[in-house]
Amino acid sequence: MKRKINFVNIKWLSFPYLLWMAGFIIIPLIMIFFYGLSSEKGNLTIENIKLILDPVNRKALVLSLLLSVISTIICLILAYPLALILNRTKLKSNSFILLIIILPMWMNFLLRTIAWQNILERTGVLNGMLKLLHLPTLNIINTPGAIILGMVYNFLPFMILPIYNVLIKIDQDVVNAARDLGANSLQTFGKIILPLSMPGVLSGITMVFVPSLTTFVISTILGGSKIVLIGNVIEQQFLKLGNWHTGSGLSLVLMIFILFSMAVLSKYDKGSEGDNLW
Amino acid sequence: MTDNKLINLVNISKSFGDTLVLDNLNLYIRENEFVTLLGPSGCGKTTTLRIIGGFESPNQGQVIFKGTDITKLPPNERQLNTVFQKYALFTHMTIAENIAFGLKIKKKSKAYILDKISYALKLVNLDGFEDRMPDSLSGGQQQRIAIARAIVNEPKVLLLDEPLGALDLKLRQDMQYELIRLKNELGITFVYVTHDQEEALTMSDTIVVMNQGYIQQIGTPEHIYNEPENAFVADFIGDSNIIASTFVEDKRVNILGADFSCVDIGFGRNQPVDVVIRPEDIDLVKPEEGTITGRVTSLLFKGVHYEMEVMANGREWLIHSTDLCPVGSEVGIHVDPYDIQIMKKPESEDEQATIISE
Repeated sequence: MKRKINFVNIKWLSFPYLLWMAGFIIIPLIMIFFYGLSSEKGNLTIENIKLILDPVNRKALVLSLLLSVISTIICLILAYPLALILNRTKLKSNSFILLIIILPMWMNFLLRTIAWQNILERTGVLNGMLKLLHLPTLNIINTPGAIILGMVYNFLPFMILPIYNVLIKIDQDVVNAARDLGANSLQTFGKIILPLSMPGVLSGITMVFVPSLTTFVISTILGGSKIVLIGNVIEQQFLKLGNWHTGSGLSLVLMIFILFSMAVLSKYDKGSEGDNLW
Repeated sequence: MTDNKLINLVNISKSFGDTLVLDNLNLYIRENEFVTLLGPSGCGKTTTLRIIGGFESPNQGQVIFKGTDITKLPPNERQLNTVFQKYALFTHMTIAENIAFGLKIKKKSKAYILDKISYALKLVNLDGFEDRMPDSLSGGQQQRIAIARAIVNEPKVLLLDEPLGALDLKLRQDMQYELIRLKNELGITFVYVTHDQEEALTMSDTIVVMNQGYIQQIGTPEHIYNEPENAFVADFIGDSNIIASTFVEDKRVNILGADFSCVDIGFGRNQPVDVVIRPEDIDLVKPEEGTITGRVTSLLFKGVHYEMEVMANGREWLIHSTDLCPVGSEVGIHVDPYDIQIMKKPESEDEQATIISE
């Protein structure tokens, strides 16, 4: 009897979070839907959503998608072999290497990006060093390349960790079994290790792609005013122009893109290893 | 002599870090034999199997397969297949895809593969499981799939690493019969690793008892059980009374002050030996008829028999008998000469490993 009472009481412990969720997730979402689907006069309309077809906005969205895809691919190319090697070597120093990977995440995101700005600037650290070595200087800042660099730098750990976490859970005997049945190392990788690590890969892709698609800080700091991503457009609508209707409408479009990409990914994600990360 | 030696392990040594796991091990396995490597955990039996399978390479020594040195050959180029302890099924594939894995690698025709899948599933009594996923199967079913996945490749040797370890008792017994049946139907060599002495006695043609990286004894189940060569084997296989005694002369041994007749000869005169007497080989008789007498100190009903402990000549004797002797009663102990097994006391360092470590 007493146990039952405790059990009932324990449910109330979630109350603070429910309050938080209502105040900071549900209500803002409703507001975005409300603003996004209404005109300034308060009529129901889809004009705000249709604004994505405006050439400037459309160009920003396409560029955002392109840069996010590129940086996600680069993260994947960097992260997978590293996670594989970390898992293969099983060194005692593995946790130390992981610490180094995670370390930048302990510093403020904004600070890290501003640091890159300082490095890449025309008269920045990188060009200063190149000049010292009498090499031609580089013009990286305010290019899409700089934004991709910023995205990869900031989001790479989110690709490495889920892949590594999935790889270490693969039973070595499953790998041995594949070898035992005649598969060489390449076949074992392609038929066993890669498919079994897909949940981690998909989770990593989501965790890099979504923040890359929505970022406006990285593009503002490393892209200057010339390169406008969809995040910047939305930010401007809200903060500079005070047009909540357009901002919300474009946010809804972005949300649709994110939900769509996650739906596509989850179709391949049978094991749903990454669910706990979200 | 080499004619039917399928696998020959020559002077194999293996250590992990500072721990010596196998020390100069020599062992051969004949064609079509059911060989069991038996021993407590950490005795090196699994390491031996993994060396044969190619998952570990020995620090020293050679693995000879049909006269060819395969020590350096990777697992995928060896003509043997392994059934792993925790099944190691590919969880992202259906049962059919699991079984087809090895055949697809070998680029067999589709018809051949389908044929093999249904044959193998029939063999392990799991018809119709083709499209199930491994996670939806019970432990016993998964293990049978693991066996099916291995045998479709028609290996010369099947290596089994404690395949029944994770199953419950009833299922384990059923699977023992199934494995014997499979072995007879397929006519291939089985190398089986277990720490379960009953499993070993039930299934094997040959048992290799191992402890601390050394082979303690090789023989048929009957031989190992009835004539253990040392105290470790005697203690590990079944229950036994191991008693430090003196070998008086041929066919006479002095156990705890009383002379017993035995059948052994050639241990010298008045030599210290260990004597093994199985609890079921001790006859309880009237006190005046016994070679020695004692008093029953405990009595347990075990179903098939009573398990008694009798204090006699300063030692607890473990006795299995269908006759009931109540606690406190005076009994005589008689042992037939051929039920007394004499073992040499360990002398060399090799034999030191026979010291029982529980």
